[in-house]
Amino acid sequence: MAEILDQARTQVLGNGVGLDEAGVLAVLTLPDEQLPAALQLAHEVRMRWCGPEVEVEGIVSLKTGGCPEDCHFCSQSGLFASPVRSVWLDIPSLVEAAKQTAATGATEFCIVAAVRGPDARLMKQMREGVAAIKAEVDIQVAASLGMLTQEQVDELVDMGVHRYNHNLETCRSYFPNVVTTHSWEERWETLRMVRESGMEVCCGGILGLGETVEQRAEFAAQLAELDPHEVPLNFLNPRPGTPLGDQPVVEGRDALRAIAAFRLAMPRTILRYAGGREITLGDLGTRDGLLGGVNAVIVGNYLTTLGRSATDDLKLLEELKMPVKALSATL
Amino acid sequence: MTAEPPMTAEQAVTPTNTGPTVTPPWCDRCGEAADAGDHAACWAARELEPPRFCARCRRRMKVQVVPAGWSAVCVEHGERRG
Ligand code: SF4
Ligand SMILES: [Zn+2]
Ligand SMILES: [Zn+2]
Repeated sequence: MAEILDQARTQVLGNGVGLDEAGVLAVLTLPDEQLPAALQLAHEVRMRWCGPEVEVEGIVSLKTGGCPEDCHFCSQSGLFASPVRSVWLDIPSLVEAAKQTAATGATEFCIVAAVRGPDARLMKQMREGVAAIKAEVDIQVAASLGMLTQEQVDELVDMGVHRYNHNLETCRSYFPNVVTTHSWEERWETLRMVRESGMEVCCGGILGLGETVEQRAEFAAQLAELDPHEVPLNFLNPRPGTPLGDQPVVEGRDALRAIAAFRLAMPRTILRYAGGREITLGDLGTRDGLLGGVNAVIVGNYLTTLGRSATDDLKLLEELKMPVKALSATL
Repeated sequence: MTAEPPMTAEQAVTPTNTGPTVTPPWCDRCGEAADAGDHAACWAARELEPPRFCARCRRRMKVQVVPAGWSAVCVEHGERRG
């Protein structure tokens, strides 16, 4: 057994203390034959510090496309020749999407908008949308609306949004290669305000943006420092027309190494499989991830692309004897 | 969910939505001529993507993805759903 896994068994599994950047890097560079042991350990860590439940979430785009920012992976930036057009979802359709999500047994419904930060129109749409969902659907509402002011943070709390997603996307040292219209520090500032407001912090990113393996370790360490309630882990699905449209997809084994490493860095967080798992890991990847540290999934479609069927994911959870986290357990 | 496959010539001749009935000349993923170049990668990608271009007029469609489906609207040729 690799030395780092021995160390992690005592430190992370035994004491609940996550690996530091050097430890994460050691896991990310383990030889292939050590990968099953790393995944097994990450699974044990998840079972010990989080339990067997899996948190199921659905997401929907309230405002798609036409974003003024230039995140190089994103098909919704208005600055690239992406075929994604700007479109708004109306409130009846938003409520319907929440109902579809709740019907899968999901406890989380995240409303997302492609914006730098919300304007008055978006905040009004949110206020009406969240109220309509709460009146009709038994589900917790989360939001992802870009960078916030303190007033907007307070407003979201007032609406009853219980968790806010704002991804750092990649490590601090690589961020300027991926986004030039705003800074990593600006994102961090929004996360700080969200944390102080009492909303749960959801913060993750995308692997496969061209970062080095050292930068992947740096990212895990920075997330661990932030200590988010939830970390959604995406793998780049290269989008036509974006600057990263020709980037190769992350190799399946590297994706699994990253899952194990991120879990060993953050033993207690909700580690969610988000976008790109179908492309990077195929159908089998979902099982491998759920047995390697992941304890949450996005079911159904993503914002602009489609996902595995919710039924397939739920069947798999049943087979793995991993109960879907119930609403009562999250309140 | 499984994506609706790209529209075939047969489907376009008897479309369910309104508009002229013509053979689709355009790839609904990349928007290039359907009979020019190789669209195998587009077809494969469409398993996990909604269409982006109208196969009949090449306009970029307004596409809304929701957890259990999608809709794509061409101002000229109406809506497709999947
Ligand atoms: S801010 Fe969000 S929606 Fe806008 S380009 Fe960046 S990732 Fe895309
Ligand atoms: Zn094509
Ligand atoms: Zn058309």
